[in-house]
Amino acid sequence: METRRAELTADLFERLEVGTQDSERIVGPPVGFWRDSWDRLKKNRGALVGLAVIVVVIVVAYLGPLVSPYTPYGQDLSRRFADPSSQFWFGTDEFGRDMWNRVWIGTRVSLYIGFLAAFLDLAVGVTYGAISGLLGGRVDDVMQRGIEILNGVPYLVVAILAMLVLSPGIITITIAIGLTSWTYMARIVRGRMLQLKEQEFALASLSLGANRTRLLVKHLLPNSLGPMIVNLMFTIPLAIFSEAFLSFIGLGIQPPDTSLGALLSEGYKELRFHPNLLWFPTAVFSLLMISFNLFADGLRDALDPKMRK
Amino acid sequence: MAAMHEGNILQVKDLQISFSTYAGEVEAVRGISFDLRRGETLAIVGESGSGKTVTAKSLMRLLPEANILIKGGEAIFEGEDLLKLSEQRMQKIRGSKIAMVFQDPMTSLDPTMRVGKQIAEGLKKHLGLSGQRAKERAVELLTLVGIPNPKERVRQYPHQFSGGMRQRVVIAIALSCEPQILIADEPSTALDVTIQAQILELLRELQEQLGMSVILITHDLGVVAHTAHRIAVMYAGKVVETGTLREVFYNPQMPYTWGLLSSIPLPTADRSRELIPIPGSPPDMLDPPKGCPFTPRCPYSMRICAEEMPEYTTFSEEHRASCWLHHQMAPNVEPPATIRGAK
Amino acid sequence: MTEQTWNGSANGEANGRALLEIKDLKKYFRVGRGTLKAVDGISLEIKKGETLGLVGESGCGKTTSGRVLVKLYEPSSGEISYNGENITKAKGQDAKRLNRKMQMIFQDPQASLDPRMVVGDIVAEGIDIHDLARNKNERLDRVHELLETVGLNKEHASRYPHEFSGGQRQRIGVARALAVDPEFIVADEPVSALDVSIQAQVINLMRRLQEERGLTYLFISHDLSVVKYISDHVGVMYLGQLVEMAESDELYENPLHPYTRALLSAVPVPDPDYEAERERTVLQGDLPSPVNPPIGCRFRTRCPQAVEVAAQVDPPWREVKPGHWIRACPCFA
Repeated sequence: METRRAELTADLFERLEVGTQDSERIVGPPVGFWRDSWDRLKKNRGALVGLAVIVVVIVVAYLGPLVSPYTPYGQDLSRRFADPSSQFWFGTDEFGRDMWNRVWIGTRVSLYIGFLAAFLDLAVGVTYGAISGLLGGRVDDVMQRGIEILNGVPYLVVAILAMLVLSPGIITITIAIGLTSWTYMARIVRGRMLQLKEQEFALASLSLGANRTRLLVKHLLPNSLGPMIVNLMFTIPLAIFSEAFLSFIGLGIQPPDTSLGALLSEGYKELRFHPNLLWFPTAVFSLLMISFNLFADGLRDALDPKMRK
Repeated sequence: MAAMHEGNILQVKDLQISFSTYAGEVEAVRGISFDLRRGETLAIVGESGSGKTVTAKSLMRLLPEANILIKGGEAIFEGEDLLKLSEQRMQKIRGSKIAMVFQDPMTSLDPTMRVGKQIAEGLKKHLGLSGQRAKERAVELLTLVGIPNPKERVRQYPHQFSGGMRQRVVIAIALSCEPQILIADEPSTALDVTIQAQILELLRELQEQLGMSVILITHDLGVVAHTAHRIAVMYAGKVVETGTLREVFYNPQMPYTWGLLSSIPLPTADRSRELIPIPGSPPDMLDPPKGCPFTPRCPYSMRICAEEMPEYTTFSEEHRASCWLHHQMAPNVEPPATIRGAK
Repeated sequence: MTEQTWNGSANGEANGRALLEIKDLKKYFRVGRGTLKAVDGISLEIKKGETLGLVGESGCGKTTSGRVLVKLYEPSSGEISYNGENITKAKGQDAKRLNRKMQMIFQDPQASLDPRMVVGDIVAEGIDIHDLARNKNERLDRVHELLETVGLNKEHASRYPHEFSGGQRQRIGVARALAVDPEFIVADEPVSALDVSIQAQVINLMRRLQEERGLTYLFISHDLSVVKYISDHVGVMYLGQLVEMAESDELYENPLHPYTRALLSAVPVPDPDYEAERERTVLQGDLPSPVNPPIGCRFRTRCPQAVEVAAQVDPPWREVKPGHWIRACPCFA
């Protein structure tokens, strides 16, 4: 609504000096991409809760066993299948081992697997995808065929083969994941590279005299961080789940070492009479999966440039 | 081109539209009024952020309901207010009484549906034509818009047509039910120059043949000079000047119009004629200025310009402009020398 | 192939030396099974301090030509000379040296600036690549100086591209190109994506810079009005070839080739009386695809004066008046 003045006086019709610099001014503080994303992330409660839970689980996984007087491996057959109590917070298993310890030790292994997969994603996946996408042409063709071959072999078969060649255990899983989990990231990064390298800002950089390394490091990778980070965050729960599955069917971590998957397997066997052996690992496992997914989801929305102001 | 004044077919009064966004409310259209007469082409001219496309889409109620607020105003067509009709009622009007042609022919057509079928959709829905009759009519329409071999092409898919041909198909669809009003939003901007000429000729011929009223939204003053009868100039959500073609081009009364006309190179002028740009950029509609929105960029601004929006001054039956320079208390100002009078 | 050479205008300007010379430049792309002949033998010359405008519609090869000049693409054949030096095959350090002399301004204000970098870094990229500043302060000073040259403020250096309008972004692009002190700039549709009243800002800036710094421009555009205003000479391209080239005023007043005529006729002029009175030639049909251009004279499929023999002859590039070249088709010999 505009208000009308009752009277118009002559002085209102004097010239108004408008500086040209005023017309170029930009109001407000500089808003960078990361700042903007962080603000949006903060508004997503699910993502924040997810992040909080992840942090809590990690902390407890490393500190939890230290607070307990028991060890994960100490057997005492006189106190088998004890219910949760103030003495044994999570109860004991069929060998009388303290479940609190075992659950958190198992969680540590699962977390290790998850972060290992993430690391490989970065080290191998990003590098492979970047080279493939940036160089293009023949190199790209060959590298993509390579990935297709790798993808063609089912993950399970790789794991079994690894198991036959080496003994089952954490090494096996590491290899199985190492050979297969990074291919998705490679594809994503390659896609981004192909898309970005034709953009005018990339061409501008080249015409200024940049070599391809500079283009990659200063322009292409920073503009790919969004999808990369999101993919990383989704890779972690995926890897944890894969390990759990392998261990559940007996191909993964072997006793007396344990992981969440192994615990689920053991607990499942005793479900009828001693359900607490299943509940606790399940609870931690589910919490981890849900939290990572919530957080990754929130990250993806926050980093999506289309959802900006 | 003699305009036919047989009365108004559309009357828009005090239209106000805002968007709600992350950052707040963006006032895209801030109280505009204009009339569309029968049989004429009205050009709505403006640059980015002027609100012209939002206006056009609002008449067809094609704006996403979720973040659009139609805050006020009315658009009277055949006795009804388009802004207040139910969605069902609008669907009967869209495509049959009022049709729209968009800028990008690549995305205006469904890539998975044959062209003939897309034309026939409207025919079946609004005119109730049978399948066979609709198909025949589709071929007739393709001929009307100048597509060679229409019988073959009616069965083809959009990707088999070039950009100019696609735009003709879009026009054919728009005209299929012989609408009374055609809204064309930058219909030729995305096309090559020689193809643009074809499309503009086509629109002009069709308008004369069918007696349609056309609202042409564009930023290209050359296109306006070629096809329009009357012009409404928009800036920052307001209409700042309206008039007949010759009135606005040869006797403009508002500094923004002067600025626009002075800043375009003319292929007919010699190179020594200076291009006078308008400094700065259009205002941010998140926080629209009170008073005349052109003030920060206007070489003649006065203190009152920043405080209040000027009223319209009428210069002739069709010609109005909104500028404080026409107030009796304002100093006398001559338009810049680059404004060419009529030959 | 007919010999195509451009011997330069006979007017003998004081500035007379050609800064850039192109002889029979070709750029072909492999597309699926076929070959896209994006640029199919163009020859031209640009004198120091002048502007050559290159106009044409989609597929004519003007953008590709520009990109070949700044070494974004390797030419398929032909010769490019800069200041008398043959630079066609320049690589490595030589190419880098040339990057300083020949720069480019891009079309899309959205896509031509890296959205993740601040404006200061964007503008300074050339300085960084060629080590033109000795320390951070010098770098910052140069950035501020460049921003002010294009009409922006020092404070803008710490902002991100998305905070600017289209016209401002284009000016940042100009600042970026100027950072390495170039002599020759290829401007590829620099104002096409801008609002009309803003176009004039950027054009005037470019003209001013040309006067102040003695820059030479290749101005690529589809907008004939803009090209006429800023160019000394204008070349018209169609399907990879030049069809006509002359001094700006001469071309617009006396266009000889039917395509040039049709092109000029198709441009709507913002002058209602002129529009109402003038005669227009509206070309029929579509632009042929550059993968399969018509044999013989490429324009014959749409030419209002086409004759039979046009399909058999490859029209030669001839100077029919001093400084006025056309692809001489038998149709209007």
